[in-house]
Amino acid sequence: MDFSFFITQTISGLTMATLLFLVASGLTLIFGVGNVFNFAHGSFYMIGAYFGYQLVAVWEINFWLALVLAGIGAGLVGMLAEALFLRRIYGRPNEGGFQILLTYCFILIIDDVVKLVWGTEYKSLPRPHGFTGAVNFGDIFLPAYNLLIIGVGVVVVVAAWWILARTRPGKIARAAAVDREMVDTLGVNVPLTMTLVFGIATGLGGMTGALAAPLRTVTPGAGIEVIIDSLIVVVLGGMGNFWGAWLGAILIGEVNAFAVAFLPKWASLFSFLVMVIVLIFKPEGLFAPRQVRKV
Amino acid sequence: MTMKISRTNTAAALWCLMIIGFALVPVLMTSTYQLNLACHVLIWGLFAVAFNMLWGVTGMLSFGQALYYGLGAYFVGLMVEYLGRAWYLPAIGIGILAAALTAFLLGLIVIRVGGVYFTMLTLAFGQLAWQIMFKWYEFTGGDDGIQGIIPPGILANPIVYYYGLLVLVMISIWMLKRMAYSPFGLILRCVRQNPERVRFLGRRVRRNQLRVYIISSLFAALAGSLMAGVDNSIHTDMFFWTTSGEVILMSVLGGLNQFFGPFVGAAVIIMIEDIVGAWTEYWSLIIGTVILVMVIAFPKGLVGELHQLKLRLTQLRARRSQ
Amino acid sequence: MNPILQLESVHKAFGGLQVTQNVSFAVMPGEISAIIGPNGAGKTTLFNQITGHLKPERGRILFKGHDVVGDSPQKIVSRGMGRAFQIASLFPDETVLDNIKVACLSKLDQTRRFFRPVRYFRQATERSYAILEDLGLAQHAGRLAFELSHGDQKLLDIGIALVLEPQLLLLDEPTAGMSPEERHRTRDMIKKLWKAYDLTLVFIEHDMDMVFGIAQKVRVLQQGALLAEGTPDEIRSNKAVVSAYLGEEL
Repeated sequence: MDFSFFITQTISGLTMATLLFLVASGLTLIFGVGNVFNFAHGSFYMIGAYFGYQLVAVWEINFWLALVLAGIGAGLVGMLAEALFLRRIYGRPNEGGFQILLTYCFILIIDDVVKLVWGTEYKSLPRPHGFTGAVNFGDIFLPAYNLLIIGVGVVVVVAAWWILARTRPGKIARAAAVDREMVDTLGVNVPLTMTLVFGIATGLGGMTGALAAPLRTVTPGAGIEVIIDSLIVVVLGGMGNFWGAWLGAILIGEVNAFAVAFLPKWASLFSFLVMVIVLIFKPEGLFAPRQVRKV
Repeated sequence: MTMKISRTNTAAALWCLMIIGFALVPVLMTSTYQLNLACHVLIWGLFAVAFNMLWGVTGMLSFGQALYYGLGAYFVGLMVEYLGRAWYLPAIGIGILAAALTAFLLGLIVIRVGGVYFTMLTLAFGQLAWQIMFKWYEFTGGDDGIQGIIPPGILANPIVYYYGLLVLVMISIWMLKRMAYSPFGLILRCVRQNPERVRFLGRRVRRNQLRVYIISSLFAALAGSLMAGVDNSIHTDMFFWTTSGEVILMSVLGGLNQFFGPFVGAAVIIMIEDIVGAWTEYWSLIIGTVILVMVIAFPKGLVGELHQLKLRLTQLRARRSQ
Repeated sequence: MNPILQLESVHKAFGGLQVTQNVSFAVMPGEISAIIGPNGAGKTTLFNQITGHLKPERGRILFKGHDVVGDSPQKIVSRGMGRAFQIASLFPDETVLDNIKVACLSKLDQTRRFFRPVRYFRQATERSYAILEDLGLAQHAGRLAFELSHGDQKLLDIGIALVLEPQLLLLDEPTAGMSPEERHRTRDMIKKLWKAYDLTLVFIEHDMDMVFGIAQKVRVLQQGALLAEGTPDEIRSNKAVVSAYLGEEL
């Protein structure tokens, strides 16, 4: 195994890790702050991908603008879904089961709506200008778009850290993750916060879908793959643990990248294996904080 | 005490009605298509009732029962394909045993986490099984599935097979019913409602959860193995997560806290799917919307809400007569 | 006669806050006693240490001669200690009868039986009805537990604990949130059960009628420390106790 191969695979892994993290972080955000498991999170990713396709491939809007708009679009759908439906089952007995059921209905509905509007053929999204080729570092050629994705990931991580640690809404979010009732008594509008958090998380997921679209084809049914991948990341990192999700994503991204290089057909099994091992020996997550949150 | 007696009488009456009704199907309906539909209702009914032992009774929402359903079906299909028709019936037994073993091993891993995690993990493992079956084209036929699975001897006759199916399903549902009303069933319901208190009674919560998980999966496998003979084919879709989802929707529609709810839900969904499927392919959209409305407005399901209505009417009548 | 429960220099702190300070006392078998004290005195925390929900930093807690510090709550229950909580811990969707019956079936180790309907288990059924009679809840046998009044739910909670035949029963504020009639009824019921089931009873209470009506011994906690211990009359005239309650009518 030579050096350039190693670098190429590592970068490929980081790209995947970034995408995984961007999605998983939204999932973990909704769960940590709102105590809701958004089973349909992958569907919002998919909505973002389709919005991206519509904006760029059909309406020929500027790629970067389309990314943002796709994210906003997915976020708006998410907020609607939360405010109109999810909100009505908060506080019910057996809430967890109903949450999954409700979000499962979202998946079913969104899947068919997407088919209705865009049909079932695979769609593709072209890379934006300037990022279609490869960048070379000596002997090593790295796809420019992949590097872009990694770059976006770094920006999001830094921005997220800054928001959570330094701004008031971020601090409220962290507080709500620890004790929701307390935050309520502080006068914060909890329902509104929930809807906003949901919107931000699904918006992020949607933007990721659009971002990932040039690398993968846009298809209906992508939602479930995404949620399972996110689940694996979140299991590794610990549910509700933002930084755990980041580390978990990197681990899975790399495991996957190298597995694909050696055993392409069965590569996806490796991430599973890692997850099963972690589950057997450390079910609360590899990077779980001292305070373990019981689901 | 009066309430219990009348409940048993109504239940027994409905039970008989149902058996008679299903027994008469081949007599009243002459088309193979309708017979086939009735088979689907019986098999999915069993699958859903078994699933409900897991969720409605014990509070464990597994999104991966398709794994066992598929396992049952594929043991029959693969053994018949590679070893011959004589292996059809033994394959059913072996498939069930394999499912029980798998449920035991998998259960050990996933039950310890509980809650949403449990659900998502069962989903993940279900999809893992699907991926393996799908990609292992050489052995399983992948997306093409395996056709020409015909039961041996007189069972090759669809009507005979139907009656055999009816008997097996009825016996299975009867066994599950006994279980639901036994001390084991009671402990399971208590596990759902107050696991901490169950521990204080000196009972192990996880062990009981594992037991019901194995039992539910066992019957799911039986349902799958029976289905192989109905459509005379098996397909990797049987392992797909939407199959797990389907049985969940049936239980919700029928009513989680009712023993027969899921059976009714299965019948309703299969019937409607048959009718609606004729003029639109957007079945997911329709069922998704229906269940959405049900979860928000009628969380007790069809049977549950009807039961509730009946209770209220009885109370009204009692009040009026006072 | 040896004490059934003995605390020796039990000490616990949460960070810098001493919640239990060097508490020692002995409870004799068959005794019915109360633990009282102003809010924040650490009464429930003390209970939690006795039942294994919290672990003291120092000291020993001897139950029937064995040190139970470090044992899990379930282990301690199996040793013969029962507890009723402030908020009744029931099986809300099951009938009142089944709430008791599931405990009976557990005690008889019959919960693995999966084929016979529950109603055919005669021993458990008869025992359950007997307990419900004792609790005065027999007429509610067919109702679902969540339909019961608050007071009845707490009684049912105690009933479930009684099934396991504890020698020592701890009641955490058994009459909290009850109306005066309910409190009166509960008080009589607890006294009756104490005699009928041959229990040693320790309860935390704020209701002084309960305390001075049925307790043989009263222990007063203040800021985690045992302030006084004695018969109800002794406590009533104890100046330190009176001032601890800041002039409250005893």
